[in-house]
Amino acid sequence: MTRTTTTVVLGAGHAGLAMSRCLSLRSIDHVVLERGEVANTWKTERWDSLRLLTPNWQSRLPGFAYDGTDPDGYMTMPEVIGFLERFASFAGAPVQTETTVSQLRATDDGYSITTNQGTWTAPTVVVATGACNVAALPSFSNDVPAGIDMVTAAEYRNPGQLADGGVLVVGASATGIQLADEIHRSGRPVTVAVGAHVRAPRTYRGRDIQQWMDDTGMMDERYDEVDDIVRVRRLPSLQIVGTPNRTTLDLNALTSIGARLVGRFAGINDGRAQFSGSLRNMCAMADLKLGRLLDAFDEWAIEHGIDPELEPPARAAPTVVPDSPLLGLDLRSGEIRTIVWATGFRPDYSWLDMPVLDRKGLIRHDGGVVVDAPGMYLMGMPFLRRRKSTLIDGAGADAHDLSDHLNSFIDGHVDALV
Amino acid sequence: MSTTDTPVDNGVNVAALLGAREALTAAPEAAQFTWRANCTWRNGTHSTSTVEQFFGLGEEQRHRQVYTFDADHPEIFASEDNGATPVEYVLVGLASCLTAGVAAVAQNREIQLRSVSATLEGDMDVSGILGIDSDIRNGFSGIKVTYDIDADATPDEIKALVAQSQKRSAVYDIITNPTNVTVEVR
Repeated sequence: MTRTTTTVVLGAGHAGLAMSRCLSLRSIDHVVLERGEVANTWKTERWDSLRLLTPNWQSRLPGFAYDGTDPDGYMTMPEVIGFLERFASFAGAPVQTETTVSQLRATDDGYSITTNQGTWTAPTVVVATGACNVAALPSFSNDVPAGIDMVTAAEYRNPGQLADGGVLVVGASATGIQLADEIHRSGRPVTVAVGAHVRAPRTYRGRDIQQWMDDTGMMDERYDEVDDIVRVRRLPSLQIVGTPNRTTLDLNALTSIGARLVGRFAGINDGRAQFSGSLRNMCAMADLKLGRLLDAFDEWAIEHGIDPELEPPARAAPTVVPDSPLLGLDLRSGEIRTIVWATGFRPDYSWLDMPVLDRKGLIRHDGGVVVDAPGMYLMGMPFLRRRKSTLIDGAGADAHDLSDHLNSFIDGHVDALV
Repeated sequence: MSTTDTPVDNGVNVAALLGAREALTAAPEAAQFTWRANCTWRNGTHSTSTVEQFFGLGEEQRHRQVYTFDADHPEIFASEDNGATPVEYVLVGLASCLTAGVAAVAQNREIQLRSVSATLEGDMDVSGILGIDSDIRNGFSGIKVTYDIDADATPDEIKALVAQSQKRSAVYDIITNPTNVTVEVR
């Protein structure tokens, strides 16, 4: 059976639902295809203790926002799922659940989308399947000796699923430091392999880091206004955690509970893990960058006259780096029982049967308008149109802009994007 | 920068470097380089190495001239000291790579350098190479680089220059990360 509509949206996460809302407001006939249920990734690929990294007040979608009693708190995963389900219902999103797309291809007059529930054709398509479908592992993960368990951040649920014994957590972005912290506290001694990272306090001068970034305009910085869009699109996530007591979780916090820091996991040679000697510089860079960020916040506070109301500026201690960080570790010694890969994710485009990928396997796009595929749009990728593009809070603005472009496209005018 | 300032000039053509980056992004195969050196044994621990040709931008390239490097061991190792020791060449490589990076990053960030000097120390327990203790590695146990930089910038901006230079340095990467090495005999 083949059905036809104006726009097929792939994915019913926050990005796809925001786009659905904007399409409805423009009276554009569409369908949202979802492989599982609304908020599927939030339901099935997240660890138990995870809370959103953004405070509740920042959960804003088109025409819909958090309205609970704890605006400064951070949603648990069940709360995120409930929030998105309520938004889907508010938006009247035409979601077709349990619909797995096996092929998207271009036709003479648009696109054909093959699914396990039949085929759709449409002149326009929005890919909102997310940036984090598949754990990105280094190629040498194949060389890990037998006898060591491996878990990706998508598979990890809680420390109880790991064998007793030492754990090597690879990666020190938001995911890596959160898992390192709870795994070490569970009695499994943790070694954290630390590459490039972005250090950030949960709160600064009494305000949430996200509040600062939102107020100072950082979150609204546009993709066509930053110096090096390729670089910023690859930046690791801020080292932050959402907890009820708003704690800062950085490398010093991990060191203070007894976790061991090593350099970036660089390779495996004859069963021996090799760690880069660059840990000191990675930490120095993160400390310097943090200093510049907080300086910018302080300047903004003075300019906007709120400096006197705030707690005085204070700087965290520099990251403590061991005098001689470990450069190698025998993975056959039994010291490490489990490796947790917190090395990031990549999208899965195995169903995408179109020549629109760059050599890194990412869709070539200009602010979400897919290059070489008129009528095709992308949502929810890092810095797609703005710094906040991957956040729940960023989906609305991007969906607004791209639905505007899409609307012009179907009207026969394609130059309306502003 | 206001128009009354003297333009920052560290002798680095940043526009050309950024142009090259753009061109190589579009043509990744041209970014494949092969660097080469030739080495001839003289006598004892003395050898002479030369560099001249390399491959890059899709074709054979050539330095302006042949550069020659004598390497030997010092007299305390019963050698003739006809040149720097090979491990000192490693320090030279690291120092010159990081220093070139400091200049390039400073130019890109519009920071005028007045002087840049670095002191390098590579610590080594030679019990390793002499076979006295197999638990001790042959190479450096650690390398310390200390920069003295005079520039139109704050101390933190200067630290950030040096940090970014490490991030982009080939030799820093070569030293801090493992590299597969294949040695064959013809």
